[in-house]
Amino acid sequence: MMDHYYNAKDLARFSEIGEEAGPLWQKFNAWYTAVFADGALSEREKALIALGVAHAVQCPYCIDAYTESCLENGADTEQMTEAVHVASAIRGGASLVHGVQMRNKAKQLGM
Amino acid sequence: MGRVLPTLQKQHAPLASGAEQQATLATVPLARSFKEALAQSSLYPLRAIGVDILQINVGKKCNQTCRHCHVDAGPDRTEMMPRDVMEKCLEVLATTDIPTVDITGGAPELHPDFREFVARSHAIGKHVMDRCNLTILLLPNYSDLPEFFAEHQVEVICSLPHYRAKQTDSQRGEGVFDESIEALRRLNAVGYGKPGSGLVVNLVMNPVGAFLPGNQTSLEREWKRELKHRHGIVFNNLYTITNMPISRFLEWLEESDNLEGYMTRLVNAFNPGAALGVMCRNTLSVGWDGQLYDCDFNQMLELGVAGDVPRSILDFDIAQIRHREIVVGPHCFGCTAGAGSSCGGATVN
Repeated sequence: MMDHYYNAKDLARFSEIGEEAGPLWQKFNAWYTAVFADGALSEREKALIALGVAHAVQCPYCIDAYTESCLENGADTEQMTEAVHVASAIRGGASLVHGVQMRNKAKQLGM
Repeated sequence: MGRVLPTLQKQHAPLASGAEQQATLATVPLARSFKEALAQSSLYPLRAIGVDILQINVGKKCNQTCRHCHVDAGPDRTEMMPRDVMEKCLEVLATTDIPTVDITGGAPELHPDFREFVARSHAIGKHVMDRCNLTILLLPNYSDLPEFFAEHQVEVICSLPHYRAKQTDSQRGEGVFDESIEALRRLNAVGYGKPGSGLVVNLVMNPVGAFLPGNQTSLEREWKRELKHRHGIVFNNLYTITNMPISRFLEWLEESDNLEGYMTRLVNAFNPGAALGVMCRNTLSVGWDGQLYDCDFNQMLELGVAGDVPRSILDFDIAQIRHREIVVGPHCFGCTAGAGSSCGGATVN
């Protein structure tokens, strides 16, 4: 048994998830590929969004993959750092905005 | 221009030798050899299909020492193509139907006979390409080169790894970005990159690190928008070129502990379609001393053409060279990864 949860080499084994449900994996792959193709947003912009989301969902595989993808697509570390700040701001803001719900409930319960 | 580093040769570094570079690459464990990858795609042996481009490396002298340079070029290099070899190159061009001459270096413009070579090649109807580092155009004795290029309809292929200064200077030396932008302005000023001018300036970007270049079409769109918006610069095409694990880039890969990971990345990204379109199949590379190679990368690894073919331009015979078997090695994975890589950028759409 492994004594840890994440292994960097597992990223290269991602396709193994398709062994039990091939058609679903193929559909995911086709959709995934289409999502990241150049469109109204460039591949660089999409890679930056993905990097931000990777930090928000705290996926180390995604962080590795989209750091490389950002660099490949011409983003620099300044842009990538700003993308991480955007993700962090949304995460922080999402927590903070729930404070309104806290205040609503407290108001309801309080005298 | 700020930082100019000593070349590997100047440092007496082991990797200054092509044989040592080959030996280093041979130590990297790979899932399969390049020959095996070709064979599994029914492409082995890889053969040339003709000579459409005579790529001539006129010398290793350069006014820059870029960190990724596969030539190990720099100000301290003294190799220059001698007169008899250059005359023979012109004779070969004049007596064959090879349509294009691609002049490279070093900074090829530093060769004392560069202008004569360009003018005579153009005069005999050849399409001339010059691989220009841009900053050379700002040096006192070379500032009229844009007009010279325009006069001889030279296609200028310029290195610019990024449209922002940080990455460009990181790879090519401090201050190179600002000088490159000024040089591009001067090329634009004589018509290069302008619609209807017939004057073509293409940019080349190499990744600034151990990763592959992204989608060439997408990057070109961004490069055009950003260079126009930030600096008012226009150009024709952007070529993405994968960094080859050779010379100074090889040294950096080793020092940064990226060599095995980078080679694995290249091997895993092997694309048979890219292998089919590799530039060595229609290009012949000539070294400063006249020796013949399948490409400029093989030239730096000292891997000359093989088989029953002439080894030097001085003994040139198009019939023998046209369908030669290409000499390959692990570095060739650099040209076949992903969308492929060549002196003309990606080889697969």
